[in-house]
Amino acid sequence: MPSNDERWLDAEAGPVVRPYALTQGRTRHTGESFDLVATVLATRTFADTSVLAPEHLSVLQLARVPTTVADIASDVDLPLGVVRIILADLRELGLIDIVTPVVMAERIDTHTLREVLNGLRGL
Amino acid sequence: MGYGVSDADGNRQYRAIKILLAGGFGVGKTTLVGAVSEIRPLRTEEPLTEGSLRTDSTAFVEGKTTTTVAMDFGRISLRSDLVLYLFGTPGQQRFWFMWDELAIGALGAVVLADTRRLADSFPAIDYFERRQIPFIVALNCFDGAREYDTEDVRLALDLEPDLPVILCDARDKESAKDVLITLVEHVLMTASEEPLSGIA
Repeated sequence: MPSNDERWLDAEAGPVVRPYALTQGRTRHTGESFDLVATVLATRTFADTSVLAPEHLSVLQLARVPTTVADIASDVDLPLGVVRIILADLRELGLIDIVTPVVMAERIDTHTLREVLNGLRGL
Repeated sequence: MGYGVSDADGNRQYRAIKILLAGGFGVGKTTLVGAVSEIRPLRTEEPLTEGSLRTDSTAFVEGKTTTTVAMDFGRISLRSDLVLYLFGTPGQQRFWFMWDELAIGALGAVVLADTRRLADSFPAIDYFERRQIPFIVALNCFDGAREYDTEDVRLALDLEPDLPVILCDARDKESAKDVLITLVEHVLMTASEEPLSGIA
């Protein structure tokens, strides 16, 4: 007889993609979509954080300063899709704002381009 | 407008700018990103396509439609509120699902090419031309590689005369910086030539 430890390994575990256990199996997030470099910032809303899962809490902590979706995903070392769902959850709870730069709909303005150019020259 | 100006509270907005780095497998994309920026790992998912379903053993994992893929990106803080993100776009066709997202709102793109395998850069060039995303071509001069005539490459790739084609050493910080500077200068030039054309 196999012990409990030996059961449910790999393919035998069935249709489970482990990171998505954190999202209760959801693979799509709610609300408006947001870019990889959209800026995430925690709101000053008071919240009972004891109800949040540890991963949600970690993401919320990182968002205390303006941080991009890509940086958060890299810091928490979870797949981007999972991080997007966590972010959308936090947004729905009013705990964070997700700001997609206006340039998503427009070309980057020349003022910003010049700032980037000067920044690169000064590296 | 509004991008890069102050928000309602009078704070300057945090601005994150995307630059894409495209090119064939092994052309030196990660090397270039590493030479000029802090490399950060990112895990993302790839939808399993017909092609990958045949090669990946998922027969026992019913309903599994994605697989995790690792990619890197580079981060250059130009100022506390202005950060450049370099995304290396995987060259293989099965990763193209990522390009569309990465391309939205990007400043522009660098196509990194190896003169020994110029054809590897065709898909990237086609992609950026079709979507009117400004780009430049940088030829990575590998160890012992002879000097190439950039005009020969321009002809071979059938590029517009005003599109910059430059030589670079992806391992060298100054050279990698020059590649990015050339791109931004090209985008600035293009922007001043087509005033308010309203391309989304």
